[in-house]
Amino acid sequence: MKVRIKFSKEGPVKFIGHLDIMRYFQKAIRRADIDIAYSMGFNPHQIMSFASPLSVGHESSGEYFDIELNSMTDTEDIKNRLNEVMTDGIKIIKVAALDEGEGNAMASVAAADYLVRFSDKVTLPDDFKEKLTDYYEQEHIYVTKKTKKSEKEIDLKEGIYKLQVREDGVFMQLDAGSGSNLKPGFVLEHFFETIGVELPEFPFRIRRLETYRKTKKGKLMPLIS
Amino acid sequence: MRKLALSDEILMKVEKPARYIGNEVNSVMKDPGKVDVRFAMCFPDVYEIGMSHLGIQIIYDMLNQFEDVWCERVYSPWVDLDAIMRKEQIPLFALESQQPIKQFDFLGITLQYEMCYTNILQVLDLSGIPLLAKDRTEDDPIVIGGGPCTYNPEPICDFFDLFYIGEGETQYRELIDLYKDAKEKNLGRAWFLEKAAKIPGIYVPSLYEVTYKEDGTIKERKTLTVDAPEMIMKEMVTDVSDTYYPMKPVVPFIKVTQDRVVLEIQRGCIRGCRFCQAGQLYRPVRERNLEFLKKYAIAMLENTGHEEISLSSLSSSDYSQLPELIDFLIEECSRRKINISLPSLRIDAFSLDVMNKVQDVKKSSLTFAPEAGSQRLRNVINKGLTEEVILNGAKLAFEGGWTRVKLYFMLGLPFETEEDIRGIGELSNKIAATFFETVPKEKRNGKVQIVASTSFFIPKPFTPFQWAPQCRKEEFLDKAYLTRKSITEQLNQKSIKYNWHEADVSVLEGIMARGDRKINQVILRAYKMGCMYDAWSEYYKNDVWMQAFEECSVDPDFYTVRERSEDETFPWDFIDCGVTKSFLLREWHRAKEETVTPNCRMQCQGCGAARFGTGVCLEEREG
Ligand code: SF4
Repeated sequence: MKVRIKFSKEGPVKFIGHLDIMRYFQKAIRRADIDIAYSMGFNPHQIMSFASPLSVGHESSGEYFDIELNSMTDTEDIKNRLNEVMTDGIKIIKVAALDEGEGNAMASVAAADYLVRFSDKVTLPDDFKEKLTDYYEQEHIYVTKKTKKSEKEIDLKEGIYKLQVREDGVFMQLDAGSGSNLKPGFVLEHFFETIGVELPEFPFRIRRLETYRKTKKGKLMPLIS
Repeated sequence: MRKLALSDEILMKVEKPARYIGNEVNSVMKDPGKVDVRFAMCFPDVYEIGMSHLGIQIIYDMLNQFEDVWCERVYSPWVDLDAIMRKEQIPLFALESQQPIKQFDFLGITLQYEMCYTNILQVLDLSGIPLLAKDRTEDDPIVIGGGPCTYNPEPICDFFDLFYIGEGETQYRELIDLYKDAKEKNLGRAWFLEKAAKIPGIYVPSLYEVTYKEDGTIKERKTLTVDAPEMIMKEMVTDVSDTYYPMKPVVPFIKVTQDRVVLEIQRGCIRGCRFCQAGQLYRPVRERNLEFLKKYAIAMLENTGHEEISLSSLSSSDYSQLPELIDFLIEECSRRKINISLPSLRIDAFSLDVMNKVQDVKKSSLTFAPEAGSQRLRNVINKGLTEEVILNGAKLAFEGGWTRVKLYFMLGLPFETEEDIRGIGELSNKIAATFFETVPKEKRNGKVQIVASTSFFIPKPFTPFQWAPQCRKEEFLDKAYLTRKSITEQLNQKSIKYNWHEADVSVLEGIMARGDRKINQVILRAYKMGCMYDAWSEYYKNDVWMQAFEECSVDPDFYTVRERSEDETFPWDFIDCGVTKSFLLREWHRAKEETVTPNCRMQCQGCGAARFGTGVCLEEREG
């Protein structure tokens, strides 16, 4: 049986990279004595799948991973036991049993919400809000995306599902599907470039708020809903 | 939430920022208002190396069991952060509280290898603590050195207020009580140091003066106060099954060198290899009892969640209850899906059987450490491993499916001849030949691969070779070329790979190891000229070091290539590590005579360590 676990990552632990977070949870699951299933072979590893890697320096209140269990008490018990062995800044928010045949966390990811705040070193133009709204309301936002091998033109607009200027920063809902994933920093850097504002190093403080899957009808739902 | 000492901008800029954030599972947080003594424990190298060290975990755990003490950790900032901290004048901080080291009562630095000496200065410098002990004031922490290198503390004695010689479990409580007393009554640093010098194992270098003869050797050591002891006896735990050991070691977020539970099964070694310093320093062998080890193994696995457990000791095969311990671990660990790693096992039927159970034969390799290429030279160094034993072990292993063999040798051992060096190639070849003889063609799963590695021998204090000359760089390299040549001449040379160690750094290590007080200024100079992280070959600057020696008018050869006379007073002679100088000298003579000395279990050699009244010295011997 499989369960999906939702957790948050806040404060200094945001400097722990994705691979180390995976290692952290492998150890935490052992400390919590959860009856996780292991792969076969000489070096068995825990059967675990993370939804989508979070960049170093980002906080989140919507991280997910799935684990496979041999036996299970109940989801509340798993949540409590894990929370007892967590370090400051990482907290288990929810645990849910997955239906048989449900896709794994990584394959399911379709979109994510972000809140981007600006560092003190960023000077926003007075008409920042209007400018960003104008930017978002264009029909297409073409950019050339450079990868290691090639350059290709993409339409950012297709991947930005929502964009709002809020009191505490800029809220965005972006495509997070594998292959089409858009990074919030990338979008905002492009915006500042188009309005001719130069950014300092590390201009944004980014927090992922939620991660979504797509239902059969095409609706976005949180990975645990 | 804790506030970090470094800004987000800095942490985003540096490699592996998680090195600096603390907060790891099982790290200890206390309320600074509720403790009397703040202790910063430092390993002067990068986090991943420092966090892998068992000794620090033991002392960290012990000090934090004291209610009035908060012990925190600090490591060398990596070169990228080092540059930023200097530029922006950010003081070095402890990982737990993120507060500056300068505010602490103690800074304890563990000295595990000589090539970390410039990093001591880096840590002091970044902390804003004067580099020289004599320049420190009441506002500075007491800087303590500990660990194996303190058995010759003289080359770095100017940088430390005091050294703790020996095992850390025994005297810290007393030292801290004395400090609290001094602090409460405002008696000052000088008073504290003078009184501390009377605690067993504590060496306060500023209370002694050393004069030299014309030839540069030591003339006299004088105590500057009446109370300071002339000899310092090492501290030692007599009952290793009733002492401090961490039930909850700190679990790093990032992958460190030793990312596993470490179970120290015994201290010391019965063997007495003549090149080995640890084998003499930690005498006598003391085994932890089985129940202690079982209890701690389980507790540590449960409290850390590590996926691997490793046994630690100088020679695990000599632990008398090894089969029982391994049976227990195999049972517990297979149930919990934990890997077992067994370094330092002698290769024989028993160990191969065990390894077959705990590791993937196809992926693992066998390790032999003959240390010398010929039987004659192995007798000189008292390494009781014969060619027959090696070839038998290899044969058994090849039959069991192993195909990879690692061999470790030293070059530049005393009384070594070209014949001995050629023996390295010959022995490697015989092992390869054993494979072809043992495993029929149709049963060979993959090629046999022998990797021979050599390091350069460095004579160390408190070993029978402390009198021996060390090779020059050119001699070392000639020996390495000869080794390579002799390997390429072998019939099975295609199956043998050869690696060797750099020579420059071995020469410097040798100088530090047997150095005297005159070396302090050279280290200081080299540091000021930019030397740091000397243990990392990409940062080691040999030309700068040589320039530092020249500018200080200190001759490196004095410390290395010279054969020391038998009546010379060594810089470290004021330390008593249990083993007597006369025993070491006897062993030096026996080395010259190519005579093997039996190990402690076969026959006591009266080395001097029986004074401690514990361990193997008390065992009944058969016959
Ligand atoms: S006194 Fe004897 S048994 Fe004890 S350590 Fe020395 S040689 Fe070994």
